[in-house]
Amino acid sequence: MNWIQIASIFGAAFAIAIGSIAPALAEGRAVAAALDAIARQPEAANTISRTLFVGLAMIETMAIYCLVIALLLLFANPFA
Amino acid sequence: MSHFASPLETAVLFSLGPVPITRPVVTTWGIMAVLTAGSWLVTRRLSLHPSRLQAALEMVVEVITAQIRETMETDPAPYRPLIGTLFVFLLFANWSSLVPGVEPPTSALETDAALALIVFCATLWFGVRALGLRGYLKTFAHPFLLMAPLNLIELFTRSFSLMVRLFGNVMSGVFMIGVVLSLAGLFVPIPLMALEMLTGAVQAYIFGALAMVFIGGALSESSGQKEEISR
Repeated sequence: MNWIQIASIFGAAFAIAIGSIAPALAEGRAVAAALDAIARQPEAANTISRTLFVGLAMIETMAIYCLVIALLLLFANPFA
Repeated sequence: MSHFASPLETAVLFSLGPVPITRPVVTTWGIMAVLTAGSWLVTRRLSLHPSRLQAALEMVVEVITAQIRETMETDPAPYRPLIGTLFVFLLFANWSSLVPGVEPPTSALETDAALALIVFCATLWFGVRALGLRGYLKTFAHPFLLMAPLNLIELFTRSFSLMVRLFGNVMSGVFMIGVVLSLAGLFVPIPLMALEMLTGAVQAYIFGALAMVFIGGALSESSGQKEEISR
């Protein structure tokens, strides 16, 4: 096992670990804001939850990008 | 690491002449056959007093229609075939992992790329159809000309993120279940599989919703442009 492989594994682990913190915080804020809005205005729950889903998908994409980077490092590393 | 096949590669089953046919393609054909045969069987004898199955399918179609109408705020009829098919196909594709030995075709990057390409082309097509080629190109210079490169880049990156989102979600589920299955025995992965069903349904919904948003965006940009022109 050479240095590039070791560095790749660490890089993948850190990419996922750090890259999932921010989307988690962001999703938490988004859900909290949506729940707040639904509590204030229950009749708008349909519209809010639909927008929430699409927004969550957008936020989640950031974490998915990190996952793809990690997979590239582990399985399709151009240098290893 | 070597115990698991790379999720970025697909297994070639056989080749038709020079074209290699991979496993996800065969699964896709299977799902297409099931959906087509099912739809044909149910709609073969439509009646005004619907059977249970017909009533259920009518409800699905009505829900999709209502979603399109609410999201795009136009007449849903031109978009229902595309978006409804995308949603139903993705739902069946994501849930196809419940059949033993079948991997969902959406866990391969190529299937997702093809689906995202369909949405990309549909966005262009509906945008051009709504306002003509010149008018659609003008929307890229909205709100001012400096934004044109950014708008152009966004057109590609959002299709790319559509592809990567679906791939990442479905593939990570399959991968996680594979890892847990190799660690612990018979019944441990079942809650994970239930979670994966939920994720699959949500992702199918989100893919359809984003397709609606993209196409609706192309239309409403053009309608905004129309207002400016008429002013």
